[in-house]
Amino acid sequence: MIVYTLRRLGSALLLTAVVTCATFLLIFRDGPSIARAILGEQATQETVDARAVELGLDQPVFSQYWQWLRDLSGGSLGHSFFTGEDVTSMLATRVPVTLIITGVVVLLMGLISVLVGTAAAVKGGWIDRVLQFFAVLGSAVPAFIVAVLLVLTVAVGWGLLPATGYVQPERDLGGWARSLVLPVLAILIGSVGSAAQQFRGAVSDILQQDFVRTLRSRGIGEGRIVFGHVLRSAAAPGLTILGLQTIGMLGGVVLIERVFALPGIGDLAVEMALRADIPVVMGCVLFAVLVVVVVNLVTDVVGAWLNPKVRIS
Amino acid sequence: MSADPVALIPDVERPAQAPAPKEHVLRRLARDPLALISMVYLAIIVVVGLGAPLLAPHSPNHVDLTLTNAAPFTSEFLLGGDASGRDILSRLLWATRGTLLACVVVLVVSTVVGVVGGLLAGYFQGRAETVASWVSDAIMALPGIVLLIALYTVIGPSIITAMAVFGLLIAPSNFRLVRAVVAGMRNELYVDAAKVSGLPDWRIIFRHVLLAVRAPIIIQSGFVLAAGIGIQAGLEFLGLGDPRTPSWGGILQQSFTTIYLNRGAVVAPALLVCFTTLAFVLLANALRDVLQSGSRHRPLTSRQLAAARASVVTPEAEPGPADDALLTVRSLRIGYPDGAGGVRQVVSGVGLSVRRGEIHGLVGESGSGKSQTAFAVLGLLPKDAIVLGGSVLFDGADLLADRDAARAARGARIAYVPQEPMSNLDPTITIGRQLTAGLRAVRRLSKREAREHLLRLLGRVGIADPETVFDLYPHQISGGMAQRVLITGAIAGDPDLIVADEPTTALDVTVQADVLELLRELRDERGLGMVLVTHDLGVVADICDTVSVMHDGEIVECQPVRALFTSPREPYTRELLSSALDPEEMP
Repeated sequence: MIVYTLRRLGSALLLTAVVTCATFLLIFRDGPSIARAILGEQATQETVDARAVELGLDQPVFSQYWQWLRDLSGGSLGHSFFTGEDVTSMLATRVPVTLIITGVVVLLMGLISVLVGTAAAVKGGWIDRVLQFFAVLGSAVPAFIVAVLLVLTVAVGWGLLPATGYVQPERDLGGWARSLVLPVLAILIGSVGSAAQQFRGAVSDILQQDFVRTLRSRGIGEGRIVFGHVLRSAAAPGLTILGLQTIGMLGGVVLIERVFALPGIGDLAVEMALRADIPVVMGCVLFAVLVVVVVNLVTDVVGAWLNPKVRIS
Repeated sequence: MSADPVALIPDVERPAQAPAPKEHVLRRLARDPLALISMVYLAIIVVVGLGAPLLAPHSPNHVDLTLTNAAPFTSEFLLGGDASGRDILSRLLWATRGTLLACVVVLVVSTVVGVVGGLLAGYFQGRAETVASWVSDAIMALPGIVLLIALYTVIGPSIITAMAVFGLLIAPSNFRLVRAVVAGMRNELYVDAAKVSGLPDWRIIFRHVLLAVRAPIIIQSGFVLAAGIGIQAGLEFLGLGDPRTPSWGGILQQSFTTIYLNRGAVVAPALLVCFTTLAFVLLANALRDVLQSGSRHRPLTSRQLAAARASVVTPEAEPGPADDALLTVRSLRIGYPDGAGGVRQVVSGVGLSVRRGEIHGLVGESGSGKSQTAFAVLGLLPKDAIVLGGSVLFDGADLLADRDAARAARGARIAYVPQEPMSNLDPTITIGRQLTAGLRAVRRLSKREAREHLLRLLGRVGIADPETVFDLYPHQISGGMAQRVLITGAIAGDPDLIVADEPTTALDVTVQADVLELLRELRDERGLGMVLVTHDLGVVADICDTVSVMHDGEIVECQPVRALFTSPREPYTRELLSSALDPEEMP
């Protein structure tokens, strides 16, 4: 178990290193043109060159990367090209927003998937057909389109909830919660159907296993078999499904933040990409990769722990 | 694609059955209304995209300031005007060309890179494959849109380049498919045969692999295109597209910023993206059903079911069960949907009867219906099984008709010993817990009483250290021990009848004899009746009192064991005996 955890941890670190390195080399590749992009077409070549030197963009890309790594080991992700603000502290104000939205969605998605997926696998019939319909619909329609349609109907049409904007929780807790309802709903609608359907698949696979028949033969009631035995076995695949869906959701979250003007990481990334504020963009990429890596790591390790064969050996 | 499309693409990694001929596929697709609508819709999109210069009422940049933010259906701008006074309909029509171009780019890049990479990795294997697979897994794990946003700083507002990058990011789904097929094919005989006959290697690969992966890649393409359109519109919506040319996502974003001024303007671009991605996904799903439908069985409609039941001839009045019979099965008929609206019978009119203390063997080759008969007695037939007729009389009740009686009998009066010991134990909980759960389901016992009872029984079935085994997980014990645990589970509720389905087949020969001996002892101690399903005539000779021989869903002969071995009546029984038994082994 410990060896397994360490191996997964090593592979997670490797993935983080490779991806951030590749991204860094790609986006910092052409220093002078970055300086040009910052200053605009009108700037003279001299000012551009001067700015490039000032920002260290005249250095070879590998030495810039080395510098970035050294800063990283000191807890810094560099500074914004425009405001000079520390990237780490810029991320720090944005990360909570993204994590809260993602966290609430994951929680609700897990809950609904288990309930609906189990019901569909055990009962079949109309629940199953409705679920299949929503799974196809949800996986086909992009989340930001769902978000736009929600804003159009719920917010603009009926005036039930704020269309866009974010309220700081310490200022107005109710308003904060209301500002999160539509974003959460938009992401949830897109992902919960396929998550539930995958969980349904996992449960119905287990229901067909020999040991379930044997448990039935002992006179154990169907409810006890499902809740005491089948769901226990479905926990590991369920966790994998949830992990994959969580990672898959990240792209949707970026767009949703833009639709609802929520000050999260995705919003920051887009804004800074449009302004060519590359250190900040690099910080956002690192955050996304870390989320992916951590989610994968947790899924793998907890999943292994759930399996007695791995846990006890 | 709320979700990142790379992670969401469903696994079509089953290199499926040979695809049906082409016109056939299209005709079958057209029969599915959703697929037909999707195809017609997508055809219209293509025509509209190509014909935009002819079809659009205005040029995309034609401005009429009086129609700024005009609501849909109120002016000559049919779908309304945008904030700059341009016709939204015309702009959408022109933007369709960009979508089509992006689709082509995504499709070409993802297919070429995925297929070529998969071919190379699968064929050469070794280190190249390891590296390629690691890269592919890493790409699959990443949130594609975040990388595309970061790369905007390098590639700028060129949506086509961005979509080419997206094609790279989504290529792993094809890569994995192709690699798996090639790796599987490498070892197959006909590749070797082709090698011997001197064909160059690349031709072997192309001929065979491309044929095999064609169907799954076509299906996959539907999902890839849906994801691509979603990503493209998303990037444009974020403002990362080319602002000079109209695009679906760009128009949607412009309309969205003025949503309070002109509500209706977002509807058309939003639905356009929505319907197009939906059409691709529906088409891909329908294609999957048509191209890979081998495994899917539609359940029967109630009318088909009634017809199947009516076609069964009900036997005339049968003699009542013998007085001393514990279990009487009469005229049992079981079938399964045959996939074409009919029922395939697997048990056709089986009857047998078991007395207390009798071990009744049910022999026959696999597929003869003996296990189905056993499951019917237990009331544990698979979900799609259809009982066409007959009765299972146990203690005065018909267990087939009376589900409550069947439930009450299970575990308490009728118990089951399965064939494969390992797969019949719940792998996630300890042996003690699963035995206790079963026992307490049928007997009112405290946990402690149940534990004591079970420990005694575990000792009785020959487990040396019951206390230790009680707390072990199934994977920690041997197969023979697991079978003893399962026998403990069966006898724990003190049943009158045990149905044992090939109880020794999965065990080592030495353990087999022990388990048979144990079953015999338990019968003697408790006066159990037993239905013993087996294909092994050695087991029959060893332990059974009476034998029913099954063939093709029917019992062809039923005799006391000695009589069956010495004077079989039916030719089939004789055949079975002569093929399976050494004369010396007969009792």
